[in-house]
Amino acid sequence: MLELQGIAVSPGVAIGKALVFDREGYSLARCLIAREETEREWLRLVEAVEKANRKLEESREQTTATWGQHLGGIFSAQQQLLLDPHVRFETEHLIRDKQYSAEYAVSEVFAKYAAAFRRASSSFLADRASDVRDVERVLLEALSGKPAPTLRELPHEAIVVSHDLTPGETAAFDPSKVLGICTEAGGPGGHTAIVARGMEIPAVVGVGNFLHNIRSGDEVIVDGHLGRIIVSPDDATRERYLLRRKARESIATKLQELRDLPAITSDGVRIELMANVEFPHETEACLARGADGVGLYRTEFLYLGHDSEPTEEEHYQAYLQVVRDMKDRPVVIRTLDLGADKMGMVRPAEPENNPFLGLRSIRLSLRNPALFRVQVRAILRAACAGDCRIMFPMVTTLDELRSARFLLRSVSEDLWAEGNYTPCAVQVGMMVEVPAAVLMLDRFIDEIDFVSIGTNDLTQYTLAVDRSNDSVADLYQACDPAVLRLIQRTHQIVSAHGKSTSVCGEMSNNPAHALLLVGMGIRTLSLAPAAIPVIKKAIRSVTLGQCEAMAWRALRLSTAREVEAFLMNQLAGLVPEIVLQA
Amino acid sequence: MRPADKLVRAATAFQCQIELERAGQIADCRSMISLLTLGAMQGCELVLRAQGPDADAAIEAISHLFDSQFNEP
Repeated sequence: MLELQGIAVSPGVAIGKALVFDREGYSLARCLIAREETEREWLRLVEAVEKANRKLEESREQTTATWGQHLGGIFSAQQQLLLDPHVRFETEHLIRDKQYSAEYAVSEVFAKYAAAFRRASSSFLADRASDVRDVERVLLEALSGKPAPTLRELPHEAIVVSHDLTPGETAAFDPSKVLGICTEAGGPGGHTAIVARGMEIPAVVGVGNFLHNIRSGDEVIVDGHLGRIIVSPDDATRERYLLRRKARESIATKLQELRDLPAITSDGVRIELMANVEFPHETEACLARGADGVGLYRTEFLYLGHDSEPTEEEHYQAYLQVVRDMKDRPVVIRTLDLGADKMGMVRPAEPENNPFLGLRSIRLSLRNPALFRVQVRAILRAACAGDCRIMFPMVTTLDELRSARFLLRSVSEDLWAEGNYTPCAVQVGMMVEVPAAVLMLDRFIDEIDFVSIGTNDLTQYTLAVDRSNDSVADLYQACDPAVLRLIQRTHQIVSAHGKSTSVCGEMSNNPAHALLLVGMGIRTLSLAPAAIPVIKKAIRSVTLGQCEAMAWRALRLSTAREVEAFLMNQLAGLVPEIVLQA
Repeated sequence: MRPADKLVRAATAFQCQIELERAGQIADCRSMISLLTLGAMQGCELVLRAQGPDADAAIEAISHLFDSQFNEP
């Protein structure tokens, strides 16, 4: 049994067989073999090379017959890559001397050359990288004796284990087959995390190097609550997790009965529970969980995993679907929040030393007005179909807010002049994620209609901690008194101006934190659709007075640890049904 | 890629060691990967070298291949 700690990014527990998946889409165990097996392994590779060569020869003959010698020559050249003496020498060395498995050796050697070609300045060589990868694929298929699986068509249910996953790979997931996800790399804001949450697949990322310790077919437990991975669990551990999963399932069934009931405290205070979504299809989950609207529609996925920037029409169709599906419920669209750990087509010209303090989010949008206008146009057009609002992320200075509003007005005037659409009055909000925005909020407040607190970034920027950095991740505590004071101050300023504050960070997904926020005066929470039932249950189990008393006490504590312990204790007393014994 | 393919096929027919050099970088003519890594484009200046029993014949055959522009259409 091997137990590893990573970052929990999508809740739930998955137990199943691992499918080790490498970037190019092959089931590939990064493993070493015993010294006495090296000779057999080498012969296995020699055989596979012959088989792959026959396959390429077939392709060459077929292509030549159909398309002529010119195109057939591509395969002839690929045969040369396959039989290349340097490749042969290097793979032989890795297998015989370093005890690599044949698959691992092949993938190492080909990856090295593909990377060298990609780095080359000539576009001719860069294109050759794909030839190298093609040859690798044919050879790995020959080694495994079966066609390489893709995540789109998994042969059976599995837990996908990989170094990292590309946006395209995660988007192609078949959620009925992927039980859980576990990656060596990645952080809480990465696309794997976002997609896993969107599909409600338990996921742990940022585990660090461990692929050499796992093979496809090994039993794995992914604990998406505690961020833990257990490879080849012993009987007692498996039993414990099965019991916990069963307990969770029975709670979930009970909670589902609350679907059509409002989130209202037992003394009658209504709390709006909105959903955070990434993909248009998630509206189904929102409605099934009884969401009051979409409080945060992240739009990054339109940019990730595509070769070109999305067109206005692609933006528009995605937004329109969400606005229509949600009927008259509000939909808050957050403009592009790329940069730092999420990168699309637009990249800063220079590599940044401090991406989280760099050109990201609204800064990136304002620097690329052409790109920004396309998105804003699409939002304004979609706003004609329902209650659609626009929200700017990571606003730090008043100048940024004013520039963004200026662009919004000019886009609106363009649409008006074109006469095709009648832009309606759209509510404009800003995300509060930077301490500077909290400190200056009294100056911002007259120029916006609503505020949404992004607790993930607010925590990171307040405590100066990168939670994807193992060495300091323990400092990242949303319940740190410093963060709580900033939330409190934000709410006080916004409500004094008769406007509303919502909280859309991960804090809203945690029942104890959600009750604390309600006690602090927050009346709108935006959370993952999957978390709505449990938060609704918590709210319906308490009075506002109880939440306020809880907040009063919590705000007088001095450390994150004290706050967390106090809140857990309170939750266990107020809503014992949802507290699971770990 | 096809010229490189033809070059490898031609070089493999000989026993001698055949090398191409471009701007100080040396490639083994029997290795497609090695030739590609050279990144040689049309018009580049290359030095051809062979060492071994049939070196003269190899130089002649490969020079001919270059002179005929690899028999490309």
